[in-house]
Amino acid sequence: MTYFFQNLINALQWGSFYALIALGYSMVYGILMLFNFAHGDVFMVGAYVGLGAATLLLMIFSTPLGPLIPGWLLLVITIISAMLLTSILGVLIERIGYRPLRNAPRASAAITGLMIGIILETGNLSIFGAQRFSFPSLIKTETFHVGGIFFTNKKILIVAVSLILMYALHLFIKKTKWGMAMRAMSYDYLAVPLMGVSIDVVAPLTFAIGSALAAAAGVLYGLAYPVLDPLMGVTLGWKAFVAAILGGRGSIMGAALAGFLLGFIEIFTAMVFPSTLRDLIAYSIILMILTFRPHGFFGQAHSAQLRL
Amino acid sequence: MRKLFLIISLSFAVIIVFSFSSCKERKKTIKIGINAPITGDIPKVGEGSKFAALMWLEDIKKAGGIEVGGTRYPVELVIEDNESKAESAVKANTKMITQDEVLIIIGPQASKQAVPAGGVADNYKTPMISPWSTNPDTTNNRPYVFRGCFLDPFQGPVVANFIKNEFGYKKAAVLYDVASDYPKGLAEFFKKAWEKINGKGSVAAYESFTTKDTDFSSQLTKIIKSGAQVLFTPQYYNEVALIVQQAKELGWKGPIVGSDSWGSAETVKLCGKACYGQFFSTHYAAAGAKGATKEFINRYNKKYGYVPDDVAALTWDALNIAKRAIESSGNITGNIKTDRTSVRDALAKIKNFKGITGDMTFTENGDPKKCAVIVRISNKGEYEFYKSVCP
Repeated sequence: MTYFFQNLINALQWGSFYALIALGYSMVYGILMLFNFAHGDVFMVGAYVGLGAATLLLMIFSTPLGPLIPGWLLLVITIISAMLLTSILGVLIERIGYRPLRNAPRASAAITGLMIGIILETGNLSIFGAQRFSFPSLIKTETFHVGGIFFTNKKILIVAVSLILMYALHLFIKKTKWGMAMRAMSYDYLAVPLMGVSIDVVAPLTFAIGSALAAAAGVLYGLAYPVLDPLMGVTLGWKAFVAAILGGRGSIMGAALAGFLLGFIEIFTAMVFPSTLRDLIAYSIILMILTFRPHGFFGQAHSAQLRL
Repeated sequence: MRKLFLIISLSFAVIIVFSFSSCKERKKTIKIGINAPITGDIPKVGEGSKFAALMWLEDIKKAGGIEVGGTRYPVELVIEDNESKAESAVKANTKMITQDEVLIIIGPQASKQAVPAGGVADNYKTPMISPWSTNPDTTNNRPYVFRGCFLDPFQGPVVANFIKNEFGYKKAAVLYDVASDYPKGLAEFFKKAWEKINGKGSVAAYESFTTKDTDFSSQLTKIIKSGAQVLFTPQYYNEVALIVQQAKELGWKGPIVGSDSWGSAETVKLCGKACYGQFFSTHYAAAGAKGATKEFINRYNKKYGYVPDDVAALTWDALNIAKRAIESSGNITGNIKTDRTSVRDALAKIKNFKGITGDMTFTENGDPKKCAVIVRISNKGEYEFYKSVCP
């Protein structure tokens, strides 16, 4: 039983990353009816921006006696600055990559995303080279041991921050005017502009929020797996994309739940089967789920609008 | 007409005399070729090889050359840059063999260059010692090619023996990348060796992942549950950092042991304190070295300003093996072909050569039987010599 709960905790942490990244895929799909395939690399950029911010903060606030401000505050500032800076990248991607192609065939727009992704990866490679960076440990790792189950303060933090961000997104979309505009836009992007809400505002906003969530995921990822490399977003991005589809295109709740589910499936497959077969079995299961529910858990057959 | 004939015949005579005399000149010097990546991807490796070679030459010059059959012959080094490319390494070898007429070649270092260059040396029947190449193909079926380091398959049994003798454990776990040749091969060799010592089922968990994975929590949880006492993970530095940290966070208490792929300075940089106190097997350890090894390190450090890495030490050993072989080849006849063959035969006969990277005896295949060094990552993050383990 402790074995089960240990894996449950492992899966919660791993699923958090999928969920946070999958949200960005799903939101953009809800508004623009296309998947932003550069999203995995936006996550990578977020992690690097977080690395830069954390390094800078440590430099500014370090004294011979130790840091001036506590580690958790450094972490909060790092997450927020990474989210803000990466959301600017999201807006730029929308402005440069997608807006000129808004009326182009969907395939062209999808290719744009792939190309932006490659530009971000190789851009990073040419600036920083292939060397790995170590993400500074802003808070001290403390390991807890409760009834045979091991977990760290970082694990709790990662799951908690992810859930808080998801709940904040939920509130934003449900309670604010901008959230209402986004929902309306996803319902009918031809009629809503006639009501005075411009898609040129809503689309960048969507990209900004999605990118900010990916950046938060990037910083948290850096805390848990402190080795950053330029291609870290590729596989993770693709798997989060699977989660977005599994949750139902355009569904916020679906993307979040499916992200966690994907983490659970991966971890528990490795628990039961030999780990060599992990992805083979895990993704066969997902293929089967999609065979029976082609629109995902919360998807609808004839619409892909943004839903909660 | 007669005058012209006279001039031509005279000049021919002069040419012949000179060429004979140059032949005699050649008889007197021993030329040793160094095939190293001075430029290209791994210039540091080339630099280490070159510096070690120059230091070695200094010693030889001080002694007045190498003594063969009672006569001392001066030594000359021919250093060729292979630009860390396979085709340039082949060219460099061909040039040194056919134009410079070297007696023996030291290098190339990396298997990428050593495998094709070894083919050239073997075809021309010129002895070659690659100090650093661990790929079996370098020496396989090539009687003229030798190497100065152990092979990949060798580390598996070495680590298994070390764990058994050091800790007396009965159950081990393995975590490796199934999509990469080096870790996969090593994991298999370790498993085989461990089961030979401790019997079937003694590898309690044999878990894998694929390249680029970063989360090993499910594999590690499984390993911990399996009751394994030690974890062997022959990974590269970026994965080592993640595996060791995650294992500690999941409550792993036992030692974690690795292979020579850990031996990069990056390992400790990325892994931090979690890696302190762990072990890995490698060719040589700078910190805590004793005797001749320490002497070499100090001298190199004084001369070039940094602690030599394993390539420099292995090159040093390869040159000294070459020296021993030349000394014991009997005599230098001046016929480069016979001399090369007699040096090769002498190389094959070398037994218990005392090198700074350990004692060596060549097998029939030209690979040394050699002890590996077990390094412990000290509490300061330094790679400390712990003990040497023999097959």
